Amino acid sequence: MYGFEALTFNIHGGYLEAIVRGYRSGLLTAADYNNLCQCETLDDIKMHLSATEYGPYLQNEPSPLHTTTIVEKCTLKLVDEYKHMLTQATEPLSTFLEYITYGHMIDNVVLIVTGTLHERDVQELLEKCHPLGMFDSIATLAVAQNMRELYRLVLVDTPLAPYFSECITSEDLDDMNIEIMRNTLYKAYLEDFYRFCQKIGGATAEIMSDLLSFEADRRAVNISINSIGTELTRDDRRKLYSNFGLLYPYGHEELAVCEDIDQVRGAMEKYPPYQAIFSKLSYGESQILDKAFYEEEVKRLCLAFEQQFHYGVFFAYMRLREQEIRNLMWISECVAQNQKSRVHDSVVFIF
Amino acid sequence: MGERGRGCCPPMDLMRSEPMQLVQLIIPIESAHLAVSYLGDLGLTQFKDLNAEKSPFQRTYAIQIKRCGEMARKLRFFRDQMSKAGLPPAVRSATQAEISLDDLEVKLGDLEAELVEINANGDKLQRSYNELAEYKLVLQKGGEFFHSALSIAAAHQREYASNQGSEVESLETPLLSQQETAIDSSKQVKLGFITGLVPREKSMAFERILFRATRGNVFLRQAVVDELVVDPVSGEKVEKNVFVVFFSGERAKSKVLKICEAFGANRYAFSEDLGKQSQMINEVSGRLSELKTTVDTGLVHRGNLLQTIGEQFEQWNFLVRKEKAIYHTLNMLSIDVTKKCLVAEGWSPTFATKQIQDALHRATHDSNSQVEAIFQVLHTREMPPTYFQTNKVTTAYQEIVDAYGMRSSVWVGKGLREGGEDLVETASILAGVAKYQEANPGVFTIVTFPFLFAVMFGDWGHGICLLLATLYMIIREKKFYSQKLGDIMEMAFGGRYVILMMALFSIYTGLIYNEFFSVPFELFARSAYVCRDPNCRDSTTVGLIKARDTYPFGVDPAWHGSRSELPFLNSLKMKMSILLGVAQMNLGIIMSLFNALFFKNSINVWFQFIPQMIFLNSLFGYLSLLIIIKWCTGSQADLYHVMIYMFLGPTDDIGENQLFPGQKMTQLQFHPSLLQIVLVLLALVSVPWMLLPKPFLLKMQHERHHGESYAALPDGEESLQSEANHDSHGHGEFEFSEIFVHQLIHTIEFVLGAVSNTASYLRLWALSLAHSELSTVFYEKVLLLAWGYNNILILIVGIIVFVFATVGVLLVMETLSAFLHALRLHWVEFQNKFYEGDGYKFSPFSFALLDSEDE
Repeated sequence: MYGFEALTFNIHGGYLEAIVRGYRSGLLTAADYNNLCQCETLDDIKMHLSATEYGPYLQNEPSPLHTTTIVEKCTLKLVDEYKHMLTQATEPLSTFLEYITYGHMIDNVVLIVTGTLHERDVQELLEKCHPLGMFDSIATLAVAQNMRELYRLVLVDTPLAPYFSECITSEDLDDMNIEIMRNTLYKAYLEDFYRFCQKIGGATAEIMSDLLSFEADRRAVNISINSIGTELTRDDRRKLYSNFGLLYPYGHEELAVCEDIDQVRGAMEKYPPYQAIFSKLSYGESQILDKAFYEEEVKRLCLAFEQQFHYGVFFAYMRLREQEIRNLMWISECVAQNQKSRVHDSVVFIF
Repeated sequence: MGERGRGCCPPMDLMRSEPMQLVQLIIPIESAHLAVSYLGDLGLTQFKDLNAEKSPFQRTYAIQIKRCGEMARKLRFFRDQMSKAGLPPAVRSATQAEISLDDLEVKLGDLEAELVEINANGDKLQRSYNELAEYKLVLQKGGEFFHSALSIAAAHQREYASNQGSEVESLETPLLSQQETAIDSSKQVKLGFITGLVPREKSMAFERILFRATRGNVFLRQAVVDELVVDPVSGEKVEKNVFVVFFSGERAKSKVLKICEAFGANRYAFSEDLGKQSQMINEVSGRLSELKTTVDTGLVHRGNLLQTIGEQFEQWNFLVRKEKAIYHTLNMLSIDVTKKCLVAEGWSPTFATKQIQDALHRATHDSNSQVEAIFQVLHTREMPPTYFQTNKVTTAYQEIVDAYGMRSSVWVGKGLREGGEDLVETASILAGVAKYQEANPGVFTIVTFPFLFAVMFGDWGHGICLLLATLYMIIREKKFYSQKLGDIMEMAFGGRYVILMMALFSIYTGLIYNEFFSVPFELFARSAYVCRDPNCRDSTTVGLIKARDTYPFGVDPAWHGSRSELPFLNSLKMKMSILLGVAQMNLGIIMSLFNALFFKNSINVWFQFIPQMIFLNSLFGYLSLLIIIKWCTGSQADLYHVMIYMFLGPTDDIGENQLFPGQKMTQLQFHPSLLQIVLVLLALVSVPWMLLPKPFLLKMQHERHHGESYAALPDGEESLQSEANHDSHGHGEFEFSEIFVHQLIHTIEFVLGAVSNTASYLRLWALSLAHSELSTVFYEKVLLLAWGYNNILILIVGIIVFVFATVGVLLVMETLSAFLHALRLHWVEFQNKFYEGDGYKFSPFSFALLDSEDE
């Protein structure tokens, strides 16, 4: 019932929305980042973080600290919060929350499969997986030799199973295949998530369609840029774009035929929201495109909090926290490797 | 500042907060640590953070703080280990030798390394022990599989032999033959098998994946292990199944192995030979018992180590926290350009000057410093913190007042939920205490709070119960202090002296109401009334006659149970509530006079205090006077009528409602009903009196100030204070409209408040009524009813219900509600007359406080 969420939303969603807004206020601010950027050692970072909500997670770490420990503990906090929310949630919010993790699940599947292909140790790979995207039989992925086995053995039990319908082939796995599989899965996932949000309707649909469209468009741009110079045909490339978003369908036609980055740019600049992003970069440059997209995403995610009575805040909060963890990882790496001049290259301030 | 005891107010310590001064300490860097440490022992200085713009790791002593943090981490690790091992840290004994921070750091490092190594060894041993235990399980359960399979096979064989003659079969086939009896022996390949343990919750998925991966060419047997198995990897106790997988071919083997790995299934070698099996079991059992002793010695060793740590743990912990606090404080000091000394600024009570100088001197002496620390008083316009010296009795009352600043619905709601004393507890954390040196309502609260409570809780039986409970807490005070109490218990304990006074006063009011668990007693004399005839038949209809003198103290017991009991008590308590309310509100307004005189604010005296007094007393003071006259004279006058027609028809005749001559002077031709008309006019005049002059006078004052902005600085602290008072509008922009609207709101609030607050005091009557009616219901409808049955069982049930109802409803819930209403009357009706409460609390740097706060 569009426009009447205020009447009934709080019956089931009010508590969790309050919780998530409380969590949001714990995000690091620009002042925090400024302080963090001035740190000399990882211990300084720990000291500063111990005054924030990360404190309890870091305080018992012995002193020679590593970047991975910081990132791990920060992720652990996110996971704890997510689990707390998930256990409190009722339908359809719980499904919505589960949808948020599917992206990580796809990444984890791809990580394990690629790793096995390059004969890495499974345990080592498992440690690198994002804890939000873990499922029971994930380690079994290493057994699979081709897509069909992958599906039949493992993924049929996971929520990812329906997304697999388009990429069941008997081809052996190789890097190219895996990348195509990742993007096909992602496409199916985003479309499914989009449909789900439309089904929920109301402000959730409105806000999530904006956020997911942005996500889909960003992926389309990235696919186009990454597939330049590979043997991926135009039609195959076209197939990897999600069937919604601002670029759908005419932008996709243009992106599908792009041969270099400047053509991509030309195609994108016809869309006002993306014009601003591309105008920031000089011609031929794609390095800081990621950062520009992240900044735009953070801006949109923050806006999601301006409206009440919708599920978009959960999605936005999870994404913002992940961005924050990426920031922390970058800062810690820069500090650890004495590259402090590059600290600002990749940090996206959230507030 | 010889402020105390000056002017109007008597020398009461609690009336005004301690005079404070801003002091500057310049301490040579070599004695700084010791000086701060001594000041922490003294606990009378609140340091200001002079490095607020610096982030924590840029400060001077960041490294030391990091070291302390590291040591605290080690101590937490020890505490963790001790609680895991079930060894509580010993209570701190004072006789241990002092240990320096550096030594402690080394010692802690050594101990940690030792403990970690012991743990690692222990874990390794434990792990191999668990592995062996699992192995043993596999051997036992697996043996059972093969054994049963063999016996089945033997049976089959016999059957087979009787039919066809003998055919040699391998060991595995009989197992398979349970499913597929007909095996084509020509296609038979060498079957391999793997045995191991898999967690039970994963066993279904395990089986499914195995089936899928090998396309069904696998045979799996599982046996449930009844007891919990300790998993060697995680060390947790989990439910597990023993499994045996049979498969054919190398490819299948590698798949099965990978799947086992993925599911965390531990594999163990298993021999087909029965003889070897039993030999293995024996061997494993032997090694198990061997390992067991090793593990046990390791544990004993670890226990001893932890024991020694535990003995000194508290001392170390305190030392580390103390050092950390010292360095945090040192970080707040700014470092001199020469890097030779630290400059501290902070607030301290003026009486502590000598002690602080003393502490500094001792620090200089003890650290063999060449240079003395410098102590000087700074003059400032800043508002000093509020500091009341309270003792254990007055603290609770002061906290009731301090909680005023946060009197939002949240806290009241929390209080309702968790009990009134909670408010007292939370108060200590919150800001919003009295403004510096303003009149402190806490002084009066000590008496008025328990008294108003008791008015609502008047029953000397319940009072005695409350008294016994709180006396228990007070007598065992020392014991309760040392131990950790539960949440609710701690609240009650914190407010024990409040409860004591509440109990005493409720015994007093209970005697006045003459109620002991709602039963009246003829304690002070015989009842003044007797029945008209000997058998008292018409006592409830016609009434009683007065035979003796009036009952000397409190309510005559004869009222109890009579038809006119309620009208009589209601009228009494209602009027009493209004008298108490008007008295307390007058006190509140007089307090505002104290404040105005103290801060030398004559505007507030003439244009706030006086019209307020006139307004309140011309209406409700007059009402109180009428009530008292009516009580004394026993007149039948209707006070509602008098009060209402005082406004509606001031010139009308009030006829038989006249209480005293001159109330309505109808006989004076030229000016009828003089007194009431004068009172109404006074009240009307006092409204614009309150509203108009003050903002205009403030404006004039501001313009005058503006003209002499370059005049000499005023000396003396009083003017400082009064200026700080005006600072918001005195020297900044003077927004006349804002001031005027502010005054308008104040006036409206007071005028409406005078009516609504007086009405609000009627809650005293309402709650008192509710309390006595409830206890009557419990007494009559439970206890007397049960008594009436003449059955011992019913009587016992009745008594139990009565006791629980009395304790649960009357003693706990009614206490809370009366507490809350008394709190409201103080915060709203009393304190809004004068109390600003926008100060901040003095929070000194003190090790004593460090001890009580939880990390």
